[in-house]
Amino acid sequence: MRDLASEFTPLGPAITANDVRQPLIETRGLCFEDRGQRLLDGVDLKLREGRLTVVLGANGAGKSLLLRMMHGLLSPTAGEVLWQGRPLDRAARRAQAMVFQRPVMLRRSVRANLRFALSVRGVMGRERARREAEALELARLNDLADRPARVLSGGEQQRLAIARALACAPELLFLDEPTASLDPGSTQAIEDLIRTAQSAGVTIVMITHDAGQARRLGQDAVFLHGGRIAETGPAARVLEAPRAPAAQAWREGRLYLEPPGAEPLRKII
Amino acid sequence: MESFWGILSEAFTLVLSWDPDLVEIVGLSLRVTLTAVGIACLIGLPLGAIVGAFRFPGRGAVALILNALMGLPPVVVGLMVYLMLSASGPLGVLGLLYTPTAMIIAQTILVTPIVAALTKQVVEDLYTEYADQFASLGVGMADRVGALLWDARYSLMTVALAGFGRAVAEVGAVMIVGGNINHVTRVMTTTIALETSKGNLQLALALGVVLLTLAVLVNGAVMALRASAVRSAYA
Repeated sequence: MRDLASEFTPLGPAITANDVRQPLIETRGLCFEDRGQRLLDGVDLKLREGRLTVVLGANGAGKSLLLRMMHGLLSPTAGEVLWQGRPLDRAARRAQAMVFQRPVMLRRSVRANLRFALSVRGVMGRERARREAEALELARLNDLADRPARVLSGGEQQRLAIARALACAPELLFLDEPTASLDPGSTQAIEDLIRTAQSAGVTIVMITHDAGQARRLGQDAVFLHGGRIAETGPAARVLEAPRAPAAQAWREGRLYLEPPGAEPLRKII
Repeated sequence: MESFWGILSEAFTLVLSWDPDLVEIVGLSLRVTLTAVGIACLIGLPLGAIVGAFRFPGRGAVALILNALMGLPPVVVGLMVYLMLSASGPLGVLGLLYTPTAMIIAQTILVTPIVAALTKQVVEDLYTEYADQFASLGVGMADRVGALLWDARYSLMTVALAGFGRAVAEVGAVMIVGGNINHVTRVMTTTIALETSKGNLQLALALGVVLLTLAVLVNGAVMALRASAVRSAYA
């Protein structure tokens, strides 16, 4: 079992032997097959509360799949996802939120997008108005509140998507490449938003292809390769001195092709 | 036989002089058609949205039936409604045959499958885009249908328009169940058919002009609304 917390001693919060806190979310032997192809293979992972974990790996490594399964959007072929030690149920999923690479904007105004998410979660009346205002402020979209959400720029849409997710007060936020194909200014605005969320106590799991972003934001890192966990640990260590060949190749910008007949990567580490 | 231009000019005179008979016929046509389309939308929009946004056993069969019913021959619908409402039929006691209500019933049966089948397509496409976000937010069943119908509202106006087009131009069903009774169940299409056979081409053509104008106006209004919606990326 990859327990990220146990590897944090130098950089993360020390998890002592007396620490009996259970992980916020945990995957056990998570597998996913599609048309006979195993896309995710035996993923064991434990993530603790309040951390920002970056999920790294090449395209097709299974990053989005892993997040979707942890969020309950997809059912694993084998294995299970545990939320605070219990199977992922409706209540657990309501404590999570996810922002997709291409933000889904309802065909409504910015404010109505926020209002819809809050109404679905049963937040009404003054509380809803307060959270709407807070989310608009957080995403710096006050001036655009009554504009149709779909005419916003890519960066503004992503800010709205994150603010909409945060308005629902999740304990865990999944972000699937939130700054893909955005300019540096928009990327910075989104990274600020992510930092603010984390400092407010939200646990974050974020996929990124950007090593710089992983360094700037990540506390822990998970490196996936070919549907398996190649490496986990404190982000600084995984990024600066990776042990897995696939992670080393990724860091050095080399193309990595698994040698034929190679042992599964997770056994190498 | 008068010349075509002579008839056309007399027809326009009838329209422009706001001929009472003409106004009565146009008014009844609109009343019947709009009521039928309204009821068809009340049934067809949620029905189409449910079939478009949910996976359930028998969904394919429901979609197939809706699509097949889009092509219902009006005279067959007219005949079925006639049999139901005739004195010896199961609903004969209601005494609805040869009333505008009977015409509304027949047109509703014709238009509902059109609205439902087209709504299903529109909603299905939209839901493909929204599915992950809705699953992530934990959107309930009623909210899902409501949100999809609201967000597809501009496309659904075109759907309602298709229903309106079918109903307002329909002649077979309303002729059978309405009976084309003067001042009671005479609508534009049945009048055109009758007056043409009687040789009263002026009134028939005047109604044709009104029918065409209505079609153009309603289509124009919907297109304008859609265009403004597209500009705001709401469509």
